[in-house]
Amino acid sequence: MIQLVELNKYFEEKHVLKNINASFLPGVANLVIGASGGGKSVMVKTMVGLEKPSSGQVLFEGQDYYNLEYEQQQKLRREIGMLFQGTALFDSLTVEQNVEFPLLMFSNMSKEERQERVNLCLSRVNLVNANKKTPAEISGGMKKRVGIARAIALNIKYLFCDEPNSGLDPLTSRVIDDLLHDITKEFGITTIINSHDMKTVKDIGEHIVFVHQGQKWWEGSKEDLSEAQKSNPELDAFVKASF
Amino acid sequence: MNVFTEVGRYILFMRYVFKRPERGRVFWSMLVREMNLMGVDSLVVVILIATITGAVTTVQTASQLASDSGILPPSLFPMAIVGSVVGSSSVLELAPTITCLVLAGKIGANIASEIGNMRVSEQIDAYEVMGINSIGFVSLPKILGGIIVIPCLIIISNFLLIFGGLLAAKLTGIMTLDEYVTGLRSSFLPLYAKVLMVKGVVFSFIISSLACFQGYYTQGGALEVGEAGTSAVTKICVLILLFDLIIAKLLL
Repeated sequence: MIQLVELNKYFEEKHVLKNINASFLPGVANLVIGASGGGKSVMVKTMVGLEKPSSGQVLFEGQDYYNLEYEQQQKLRREIGMLFQGTALFDSLTVEQNVEFPLLMFSNMSKEERQERVNLCLSRVNLVNANKKTPAEISGGMKKRVGIARAIALNIKYLFCDEPNSGLDPLTSRVIDDLLHDITKEFGITTIINSHDMKTVKDIGEHIVFVHQGQKWWEGSKEDLSEAQKSNPELDAFVKASF
Repeated sequence: MNVFTEVGRYILFMRYVFKRPERGRVFWSMLVREMNLMGVDSLVVVILIATITGAVTTVQTASQLASDSGILPPSLFPMAIVGSVVGSSSVLELAPTITCLVLAGKIGANIASEIGNMRVSEQIDAYEVMGINSIGFVSLPKILGGIIVIPCLIIISNFLLIFGGLLAAKLTGIMTLDEYVTGLRSSFLPLYAKVLMVKGVVFSFIISSLACFQGYYTQGGALEVGEAGTSAVTKICVLILLFDLIIAKLLL
């Protein structure tokens, strides 16, 4: 389980994350929802160690990430996979080299074993005949799939996805959503998806955290969402505007 | 941001550059790639610039000696002086400084833009999330590659400057080859070779490390990536000239 405890983040004078307490459940798809500029991306970046919080804790199985030694932090990071909004594929490498990269860096697999794992990950995201292509030669949806394949190449425990559907058509968005859901269940990983797409919430969301103006406004299961809308006008406005 | 903050950030940056690489074999393959990119790809520009500069220096020096300055009649100057001037100025100044100023524009801008682009496209964040020391991973092969390759380019440039002068002397007939070679030999001191190598190593470190630093802290988009390249080249040129003076003062 990942927990945020009284998390605050300032950018100079601007208070971006305001005393956030939230939990992300293990083995399920946790959705962080909210309007653009509400602090979702900063929250996710703080959780993966890209933005240091001004105060508060990020607990991975009870261990505060920011109180760990550098080597322990690096070790924990190898249990984290991330799908970036812009995919962040290494543009000088081919598709298969991108997926192979974490294996090359952090495993002692032989070349054949690495190739086998790369093929497995690429077939898992339904990407065939693209191994030798560079990121510039493939579509946005394919890039997202390569990003997912790279994220799951190592046996990760946590998968973070920053706006996985941004820039994709509705059909491809659903394919990516289904893929994230299936991978979460198949590998038993804790997935945190940062999104403002309510269709994603409806399709694959299990545990929802609603962030509004830098604050955690509501947290609960998908089933509780419609009930929560009645007592929470901001959440209600966001959900209705999204449809 | 003031100069002191910038220098402080640069020192902290360098601390991470020289941490032990995560994977030796990945590091070596990246180092070879960088050396190839910097060395082979810069060879043509170095050959052209060095040969032409050597020829121009010879022609202009000979022309100045041949003109009546009013101090001494031109007939009193032996033309071997031209070889002497070209030889010593090539080793001491033209080969290290001019070559590195040119390479600042080529290699420095290239490194800063490449790393800047990696920064704005979140590739550096991807390294960080994987638990890789991103500063060391992207910068160390470039900095070491630069320190190995650029001094080699400077040595090549030095030979070509002298060769360019010799070519100009022969083609224009302003002096005999014997005069040129005699001049070259008479002016050379072993200390000059030491100065050349010290400048080469210092300038190549400035080019590669400052370009990496500038690229790594790029923020924004395509416009800022271009600005990072320009800013890197400007700072590198100023620092090369500053250290040129310091090394000359200390070693000569």
